Amino acid sequence: MFTNAGTSSFTAFLSKVAPEMLPGRRALPPGMAADLAPHATTIVAIAAAGGVVMAGDRRATMGNLIAQRDIEKVHPADAYSLVGIAGTAGIGIELMRLFQVELEHYEKIEGAMLSLDGKANRLASMIRGNLGAAMQGLAVIPLFAGIDLAASDPARAGRIFSFDVTGGPYEETGYDAIGSGSLFAKSALKKRFRTGLSVDNAVRLAVEALYDAADDDTATGGPDLTRRIYPVVMTATAEGTHRLTDAETSAIAESVVAGRMENPGG
Amino acid sequence: MAMQFYASPEQIMRDRSELARKGIARGRSAVVVSYAGGVLFVAENLSSTLHKVSEIYDRIGFAAVGRYNEFENLRRAGVRMADLNGLSYDRRDVTGLALANSYAQILGAIFTEQSKPFEVEICVAEVGATPGEDSLYRCTYDGSVTDEPGRMAMGGQAEAISGVLKSHHRPDMSLGDAVKVAVQALSTVGGEGGAARTIAGHQLEVAILDRNRRGRTFRRITGAALTGLLDGDAAGEAVAEGDRAQTPTTPTEEGHKPTTSAGSADLEDKPGDKSDT
Repeated sequence: MFTNAGTSSFTAFLSKVAPEMLPGRRALPPGMAADLAPHATTIVAIAAAGGVVMAGDRRATMGNLIAQRDIEKVHPADAYSLVGIAGTAGIGIELMRLFQVELEHYEKIEGAMLSLDGKANRLASMIRGNLGAAMQGLAVIPLFAGIDLAASDPARAGRIFSFDVTGGPYEETGYDAIGSGSLFAKSALKKRFRTGLSVDNAVRLAVEALYDAADDDTATGGPDLTRRIYPVVMTATAEGTHRLTDAETSAIAESVVAGRMENPGG
Repeated sequence: MAMQFYASPEQIMRDRSELARKGIARGRSAVVVSYAGGVLFVAENLSSTLHKVSEIYDRIGFAAVGRYNEFENLRRAGVRMADLNGLSYDRRDVTGLALANSYAQILGAIFTEQSKPFEVEICVAEVGATPGEDSLYRCTYDGSVTDEPGRMAMGGQAEAISGVLKSHHRPDMSLGDAVKVAVQALSTVGGEGGAARTIAGHQLEVAILDRNRRGRTFRRITGAALTGLLDGDAAGEAVAEGDRAQTPTTPTEEGHKPTTSAGSADLEDKPGDKSDT
């Protein structure tokens, strides 16, 4: 089964040899299951000059309870792209790991990386595979952003794709947010986003937007100064993906909080 | 009435072995050696796209000689097995030994069951924390596996090449010295009247498993970096080292723990990080 000429796609290979490892291939009993498992909440992504920034809060909720305070919802998909997940946390983490292996697998088998659009399309078809579970309340919605290494204009190489439960992908211009606090994060970004932001400014803007989301959405966690839990902030540039260190994010988050002490509306 | 000729099992196996050995000996050779900074692969290869040396997993590389279609099929199988195990368990549970055993099973089954054996010889190399912990497994056409002591040669006149490696290779060599020894070993055979010859840089496929990197350690050395290493100047080594900084999978500060997932150093566990599963 391993030596078949077959495909370069890892999920297509799994569907032949181990279909039970694909989240969409499991039989679910009828009924709603929305309150069964923790939900991951808000993710924002911003296209900057020469890169993209993605940031996520650290809260997972189950109904009115906080299920986890320090969940990490933003991850590198490969060396040049980032993926953030909102929705049912368990399935989201599984899909994200599968997506990481999918991209690495293609790269190793073919000796070349997928194009950014190719990666987005693969993610879309994986989300589409989860449609049955999504209709029973176990939806997962990712946000995908990365550097298009083939872009003609390096300043516009950072691109963002959003998805719905039936797949997608939809390319977004400038910025996007997903999850329960996305409405407030997007409203904040709408007023503050400017084309051609530097990566550093985009990082600050992302943390501000998450603060605004946490301000109005109970399921989104703000910077937790007492426990020293801060948003996960990652960047993807032509040099690769980078996760800001805890020291860097704490400095930014503390300065955002200090700013809000003066002016709560930002 | 047609007569079925009787051939003894010994005769059949001998014929198959001879076919495979001849096929492997016709090709160009490859050398795999441990050095201070990792594991070095050097293969003589006229093509820059049809690789003899490839990445299997984070710390596992693959080198092969023989028929391209046959070892390419095994390489893909190896990537699939490694990725499937890494996803089912954890990335650090993917080992070179498991892969070498799987290759042995596949090659052994083909050797006994198919009418023609695979004319290939494979090296599965796993880089460890020190040169002493590197493991090099040689998988041959009949399904046998041997654990090689830090250096091996396959294909072509492998015996002669092994002899040179044995007398010149040391596991604590620098990358530059290791490349020189490997190329010297490869070029001892195949010249006019059995004499040594010169192999140009574009005829070599060179790659390493970088011991000090975390996550995916496999890296090809091409172009200026390779020319520099072959010329033996310090600049060449610097270029090869500098290449590490340009590639996106740079190591992060706190070390010695395998990554949890693909692609980048940023995937690695941070202190206090509990959500990586």
